[in-house]
Amino acid sequence: MNRMQINFTLNGKDIHLEIEPGETLLEIIRKRLGEIGTKKGCGVGECGACTVLVEGRPVDSCIYLGIWVNGNDVRTVEGLAAKDGNLSEMQEAYIEDGAVQCGFCTPGFLMSATAMKENGRKYTREEVKRALSGNFCRCTGYKKIIEATEKGLKS
Amino acid sequence: MEEKSNKVVGTSPRRKDAKAKVMGKAKYTADIYESGMLVGKILRSEKAYAYIRNIDTSKAEALPGVEAIISYKDVPKIPYALQAHQFSLDHAGQEDHLIFTDKARFVGDEIGAVIAIDDLTAKKALSLIEVEYEELEPSLTIEAALASKGPWIHEGREHNILSDLWGYEDGDVDKAFTESAHVFEGTYDTGYQQHCHLENHVSYAYMDSEDRIVIVSSTQVPHVARRIVGQALGIPWGRIRVIKPYVGGGFGNKADVRLEPIVAAMTMAVGGRPVILDFSREECMIGTANRHAMRIKIKSGVSEDGKLKVLQGEVLSNAGGYASHGHSPTLVAAGKFVNMYETEAVKVENRTIYTNLPIAGAMRGYGTPQGVYALESHVEDIVTALGLDPITFRKDNFIKENFVNPANGMITHSNGVRECMDRGRELIDWDRKKELYKNQAGPKRRGLGMACFSYETGIYPIAKELGGARIVMNQDGSVQLMCGATEIGQGADTVLAQIAAEVLGIPFDMVHMISTQDTDITPFDFGAYASRQTYVTGLAVKRAANEVKEKILRFAADEIVDLPVYMLDLQDANIVNKHNGQVMAPLDKVALASFYQVDRAEPTTSDVINNAPVNAYSYGATFTEVEVNMRTGKIEILEIFNVHDSGKIINRQLAEGQVEGGMAQAIGQALSEELLMHPTTGKTLNNNLLDYKLPTIMDVPDLGVDFIETYEPTGPMGNKGLGEPPTMSPAPAIRNAVLDATGVAFNRIPMNPQRVFERLKQEGLL
Ligand code: FES
Ligand code: FES
Repeated sequence: MNRMQINFTLNGKDIHLEIEPGETLLEIIRKRLGEIGTKKGCGVGECGACTVLVEGRPVDSCIYLGIWVNGNDVRTVEGLAAKDGNLSEMQEAYIEDGAVQCGFCTPGFLMSATAMKENGRKYTREEVKRALSGNFCRCTGYKKIIEATEKGLKS
Repeated sequence: MEEKSNKVVGTSPRRKDAKAKVMGKAKYTADIYESGMLVGKILRSEKAYAYIRNIDTSKAEALPGVEAIISYKDVPKIPYALQAHQFSLDHAGQEDHLIFTDKARFVGDEIGAVIAIDDLTAKKALSLIEVEYEELEPSLTIEAALASKGPWIHEGREHNILSDLWGYEDGDVDKAFTESAHVFEGTYDTGYQQHCHLENHVSYAYMDSEDRIVIVSSTQVPHVARRIVGQALGIPWGRIRVIKPYVGGGFGNKADVRLEPIVAAMTMAVGGRPVILDFSREECMIGTANRHAMRIKIKSGVSEDGKLKVLQGEVLSNAGGYASHGHSPTLVAAGKFVNMYETEAVKVENRTIYTNLPIAGAMRGYGTPQGVYALESHVEDIVTALGLDPITFRKDNFIKENFVNPANGMITHSNGVRECMDRGRELIDWDRKKELYKNQAGPKRRGLGMACFSYETGIYPIAKELGGARIVMNQDGSVQLMCGATEIGQGADTVLAQIAAEVLGIPFDMVHMISTQDTDITPFDFGAYASRQTYVTGLAVKRAANEVKEKILRFAADEIVDLPVYMLDLQDANIVNKHNGQVMAPLDKVALASFYQVDRAEPTTSDVINNAPVNAYSYGATFTEVEVNMRTGKIEILEIFNVHDSGKIINRQLAEGQVEGGMAQAIGQALSEELLMHPTTGKTLNNNLLDYKLPTIMDVPDLGVDFIETYEPTGPMGNKGLGEPPTMSPAPAIRNAVLDATGVAFNRIPMNPQRVFERLKQEGLL
């Protein structure tokens, strides 16, 4: 198959790559670019562990083709903290409220929650839950994730 | 003056690993890369029960990029047990597993493997392998397995009974039944539940320059993995090194040593080059363990005045194709006949049965959730029939402090179960709502239910309990803490560091936790299972910290301060006068001197492997309110509270997290989760996260958590097990609430809408 050239930004950095048309964004991020913060829990769009932001919108990167991000801005969990290492408010809230256990779902939740925060809308608890319903967590029972997300949205 | 505590235990400092995890910096097995890593993929049986007569790999071998193909023909024929901890020098355990098999025992059984340069090539090669099966009649239910005429699933295991040993009888059962005013009988069924840890099973292995096999693995039990790999391959255990990075959840499933022997065989097949074995979700859900589906029969006798006089029963447990943890979870379920209610007589029989279905193994609670579901459902049936108060009946009959378990001699030192019940009753507003929900008739009916449990922390006296800890003090007085036990998400690193800080008298941040276990480096410990780490490993940490403290105080007394050692203490990283708190010297100054004092340099370390011949019962209760939609069969949980007696709570936030996560898993077990197998082929039908109904954020109600803090004298800090207990009582509490709401007793979980709907229809309630 014909390899294709794509250009995008990953956490603000310009990326130029030649990829196979079938390569997923998750493979590109993890394998080619070595950014391992984004996780794979299923590979078929069921669990949300691989959630990243494309143009500020959360997508399951495991079923999102690399060629679709051409010209886009892509963000992963590695891009949440400020350049000086200061954590984002959402990251802080997740730590403070005990929303992190094994941590495997955490990057995905943080990306979904960050998208919510950045669009500036107000969310009721029901809406918070709905917005996070694409992300599975098996450790926490979700309670502290919901609370942390609400705190992160407020701060 | 009152002795000052460092006040680290009992607070909730930030998790040691939280920052790494929110930044995406925490490295899990698949995040670590070895250059030239090859990809391994397993060839799995398509038949539930068959001899493999031939396997033709010629086409696959011809595929460019295939490095090696191995099968049952190429691996040692040394049977080994997958299970983690049951190894003792005189008891061999249930060794029924080979790295690859020529007799498939379930759909998904491991016959061989491909090693290729990448994922795609490996998958393609798999599809080119031709397997010739000689099919046998599969046993796809317990009944079919028992009725089978053979060949037995495992040779020598007649009628496919893995074990029926260690039944238990105490007191005169017949007499107790004769004297009982009321006799009750019931049968309770639980389904196959899957762990669904977000990180699938993954391991990679390579051989180092000394021909040792290095395995990096998502495991709960690195030191055990080393032993089992050695056994399976028939090589000295010292030639194996197992490294455990961060683990994305385990819940018991990673207490089986499943991938490690395979991936070791893989690297050996390619001259020691690195090979990764990274299970897909679909693979993980057929090829790893599950919670045993059990059928538990109970017959009970109750006296006129509401005393539970006698319990008799049978636990039938479906092991699937291999033993994994085998008979042990069955025995734990059966143990509920003995260690929850104090009766005059008790008799319980156990049978664990092989079937041609996916393997059952350790899952959070380890038989207890099944046993508690059966017993607490049964108790509810008793009180319902006799019109007794469910809380009073339980309080009157539950074991008390100083209870000695007649089956194993373990003594109950602390018991807050009655206080848990009182608190739960209050939290859910039991009395008022009970009154309110009498005589409902509408299409939506509400009910209240409760259930309680007891649970033994750790596995002593069934097997040994060793915990390992090493502490090294740095020049600035901070320490490195290294434990053999494993952080798998539950927060062990943080609470063990809290224990060290508390004992040492230094701030939490001065304890640097080494999270990675490496069997070449970290002290020996059996790992993460049986809710044992804060209890068993905690004892080792306490001892190690005490040793370091003693040493540094002695050094201070000898070299730095002008007080005898017995007058010194460590508080807030200062050497102080124990009696008046006066600061004698800052710890950093003493620690520095311990390295560089010219006459006497004596850096402070301790290295402890602690034998812990103790066990402690944890207790708790669930209270819940449900609403049943009589038209659709949907059960909604309106409120649910778990109240736990796990002794002293070391870190409230982490403890709540454990309880909430466990409750969500139990709600799944009660209402939606079940791995389904085809009734004639045995093929798993829903091995993915769409069709297997794992609770989403929308499905889990608001979870209420509270603790009754008793003091457990055998625990390092007055604590006892907490990791598994949250999964134990929610399912029967929900079942009992549904009974309260509808009058219908559901003796089978999960109570999914379809099952509830059909049953309500049957009962003429629609
Ligand atoms: S890994 Fe992408 S949704 Fe599960
Ligand atoms: S923290 Fe483990 S899956 Fe969410």
